[in-house]
Order: sequence, then C-alpha cells, then structure tokens
Amino acid sequence: MKPSGWLELLIAAALVVLAAFVPMFANGYWLSIAVTGMMYIALSTSWALFSGPTHYISLATGAFFGVGGYMVGTMMSDYQLSFWVPLIVAPLVAAALALLIGIATLRLSGVYFVIFTLGLAEMIRNLISWIQNNFLGSRGLYVLTDFRDHHLYWMLLGVAGVIYLLGWIVNRSRIGFALRIIGNDETVARHVGINTATAKVIMFTTTGFFAALVGAIIAPRWSYIEPNQVFSPQLSFLVVIMALLGGAGRLWGPLVGVIPFTIIWEWVGVQFPNQSTLFLGLAFLLIVYVLPNGVVGRIEQLRDRIGEGRS
Amino acid sequence: MKHRPVLQVQGVTKRFGGLVAVNDMSFDVANHEMVGVIGPNGSGKTTMMNMISGAFKPTAGRISLKGRRLSDMPAQKIAREGVGRTFQLVRLLPGLNVLENVMAGAVFGHRRRWGREAEDFALEMLDRVGLEVVAAAPVSALTYIDQKRVELARVLAGEPEVLLLDEWLAGLNPTELETGIELIHALRDEGRTVVLVEHVMDAIRALCDRCVVMSAGRKIAEGSPDDVLSDREVIRAYLGDDDD
Ligand SMILES: Nc1ncnc2c1ncn2[C@@H]1O[C@H](COP(=O)(O)OP(=O)(O)O)[C@@H](O)[C@H]1O
Ligand SMILES: [Mg+2]
Repeated sequence: MKPSGWLELLIAAALVVLAAFVPMFANGYWLSIAVTGMMYIALSTSWALFSGPTHYISLATGAFFGVGGYMVGTMMSDYQLSFWVPLIVAPLVAAALALLIGIATLRLSGVYFVIFTLGLAEMIRNLISWIQNNFLGSRGLYVLTDFRDHHLYWMLLGVAGVIYLLGWIVNRSRIGFALRIIGNDETVARHVGINTATAKVIMFTTTGFFAALVGAIIAPRWSYIEPNQVFSPQLSFLVVIMALLGGAGRLWGPLVGVIPFTIIWEWVGVQFPNQSTLFLGLAFLLIVYVLPNGVVGRIEQLRDRIGEGRS
Repeated sequence: MKHRPVLQVQGVTKRFGGLVAVNDMSFDVANHEMVGVIGPNGSGKTTMMNMISGAFKPTAGRISLKGRRLSDMPAQKIAREGVGRTFQLVRLLPGLNVLENVMAGAVFGHRRRWGREAEDFALEMLDRVGLEVVAAAPVSALTYIDQKRVELARVLAGEPEVLLLDEWLAGLNPTELETGIELIHALRDEGRTVVLVEHVMDAIRALCDRCVVMSAGRKIAEGSPDDVLSDREVIRAYLGDDDD
C-alpha cells in the first residue's frame, strides 16, 4: 500500500550485511546468544506474517519447528542421509501439516484457534515421542555435522533475510491487504469479495514452512535430538511473546522484541533455571497489559501524540 | 418499459430453528431499477438481504443474478459476481484509514483493480460520496453519516451490478437525511440497480420505482410506492408505526 517501502528494504539489507559480521567480533558465549537470537528473529518475523495482520494467535510454531529438528535427526541418524536432504524435505512436510491445520481451523476464531493450535502441537509432540520410544527403539537421534555456531548463524541470517523480503513483498500485495482486512472484520472481508479461507491457509502454511526450516538449521547445535524437546511448547510461547513485545503490526516489530528478550531470557535461564516458566507468564501478562501493541506500537502512538500536540 | 430481471428471488425461505424469518419470498429487480423492501421491524428484510449477499444460505428457494444461481455460492463469490452490500449497522475496517477502507472494495470487488488504479478509483468513489478531503484520516475520526458514506464508497468501488442498501438512511439527523437522500437519488440517476431496505417513507416515495412489502417474513404487497403505501393490508401491518 505504501509506495515508500524501498528505504525500509534498503535499511533491512544494510542490517543483514552488518549482522553478517557479528561472528567476526562475537565468539563463544555471545555468538551462541546471537545464534539463539537469530533463530527467534526468523521464527517471530515469520509468525507475524500470519498472526500480525490477522490477529489469529498461533501456538503451533513448536510443532513445525519440531518437524524440522526431528526430521534432521531421524533422516541423518536412521537413514544416513546428508543434512541437506531433511533441510529441504522437512519444511515441505511441515508446510503440508500446516496446510491441514489451517484447513481444520478455518471455522475457529479467537481463543478457540489459540487453544486448538496449542492442543494440536502437544498432540503431535506426544505422538512422535510415543512412536519414537515404542517402535523406533533406543537408537538415539544423532546429528553430527561439521557446522559450528557461525555457520548456523549465517544460515539463520539468510533465512531471516528471506522471510523479511517475503514479508515486504506480501505487504505490498493483494494477499497482504486481504489479510489486514480479515484481521479487521472477517465478515466484511468476505462481503467485499475476499476468499478468506485461501488467504489464511496460504499464509499459515508459509509460517509452518519457515518454522521447520529454522528447526532443521538449528538441529546440529544439539547433536542429540530428543523428540520431547524439539517439539517445544515453550518455544511457541516465546515466539509469541517476542513478537508481541516488539509489535506484530510491523514487519520489523518482532526484531525489536527479540533482541532484548533473548538476552533477558538467557540471563533468567542462568539465574533462575527453575523459575523460567513463571517468568514467561509474567512477561506475557506485562506485555498484554502494558504494551498491547508492542514497543513499536507504543513508539508510534507517542509519535502521533507529539504530532497532534504540534498542530 | 419492462427489462429482463437482473436479480431474481424465487420462493425463498429462511428458517432459524423454529422461526421462519423469511417465508416463500419472490420478487424481481430489473436493470436500472430501484426497488424498496419495506416492512415492520423483524419482518425479515435484513435476513432477505443476508441471503442475497450470501451471509446466510436460504433454507429453500433460488436467488439468481443474470440467470446465474447465487444461492449456493459463498459470500465472496457473490460479491465477485456483482452484488455489493452495506450493513444495517455500519461496518468499517477500524484499523484501516478511509482510503484503504474504500480500496478494499476496489481491490477485491466485482471489477478488480490494483495499485495506483485501485487508489485512484477509490479516491473517485470517495469524491462521489463527498468525502475526498479525509482520505488519509482514521475511520474513528468520522461522524456517523461520514462512516456510512465510506461504507457506500467501499461498495461502489467494487462496481457491483446490484447494490443492497440495508437501512442506509437510518440514524441520520434531518439535515444528514436530506444529504443522504440526494446521494442515493444521484445513484438512481446514474442508472444503478439497487435494492433498498428503508423505514423512511419520504425516502421511499422519492427514490423507489417499486416496493416490496414484507410482514412476518412474507410478501404482502408489491407495486409503486404510492399504491403499496395506501394498501389496506400494508397499513394494517404498519399500524402503530407513524407513516411519516
Ligand atoms: N442469525 C439469526 N438467528 C436467529 N434468528 C434471526 C437471525 N437473524 C434474524 N433473525 C430473526 O429473524 C427475524 C427477522 O429479522 P430481520 O431480518 O433482522 O428483520 P428486519 O430486518 O425486517 O427488521 C427476527 O425475528 C429475528 O429475530
Ligand atoms: Mg433489518
């Protein structure tokens, strides 16, 4: 809708180039935080492609991410395939899964959608764990690669850049406009002629694809894949919290939330390893009450108020 | 002169559980015709509009646009086929500004546009309803009549073959009402095909070529505004309502 998006894209490209140099300066502890941060930047930005405009809060990220990690584990461990095979296959499988979930949830809105996605993600996690433990036996899923943290970081940066570019294009396309209208009033959306089902399912499937891609890229970091861990419900919540903290209404909003939150979250994990869930809940409450439109929304609100004050 | 009907409603019934909201309704709307649907509150007018626009499926009967059956299509398909509607309680998109609200119609409606072309056409429609100055404003800043104008502009921007206006004049003060009637009269002069649900009798007399009168879901009269408004059954149905 806005023609002046080239500057935004140029800034984003410059940031990607700058970010590529991070491994030259950061190492060890800080590089590992940077990898985690880049993972959440990709996940939250992709999550916001669907949930930002439509206001459908999805808690299924962990399921798609898990498909990525788990398929890397099982294909490399059980089938001795190269890392690159699951890297391509897993996102496609997750996209197919997201397509099914998207179709199944078409009639759900608000809290029903949230709970359905969470419940389904949990079901997938338990199902895979059960299959792994009962049928695939004690063989562990090892992911042994030559990748070091800076390789993972660069791959994730590449994915984040692609997601950003895609979001930029979507925001200037019919489907992006359709999703915004759907988020405002789905009845009106249908009555102006929008095929709401198609628009929602396409974008939900896209977020599933990217979550699995990120899950696959990050898998070598753990060397040993435990289904119960990669299908992480906590990751679903973290992605939502970070995106909402920054503000899901803007493409670069999640980025603003991820950077501080990753650092705080790391610190909490070290200081209060057993209270992290409590902290997660508190953060969620704070964001909903204090920053309902995220940091970006608050800044824009202040800017508007100053603008009004002048005129 | 009698034209081939554009919109045909044939034996349409809608049940909500035990309640029959619309009962065996039939009427035609010819090209360039402005047809009023009138009747007391709860007589099924909005339900009829909802079935034409696809918000509800009829329990029985057939609705067609230029011979194409609408009654099996989802709302978005019907909108693309060329039926545009406003809502009895105005529905704008609160997170979009005035221009974007109208562009929604231009981008996804019957005749679809994109980019600069959609924007220009939306501006033209805003101008058409008398609102060009506030294109960039948030819709929350608008008065009630202006919100109704934006909604009308959104419908016009889709260039529908048939417009459904559900009590578009309701809730306006006397000066606004005059402006509103003028605006709809101008649509009539453009030769648009319109189905108008209305309570304001002056507006019906001034605007409609023909009226369909509903009571308790049924059609009880049809004809020129003057004829139906002096019909004994119609007066009985409206008894207690002030005719002016
Ligand atoms: N979605 C619905 N579910 C159940 N009953 C409805 C629904 N919509 C309308 N009705 C009922 O149908 C009847 C006709 O309503 P409506 O079409 O709104 O009348 P009008 O527009 O003529 O005032 C009313 O009795 C109303 O309560
Ligand atoms: Mg009504």
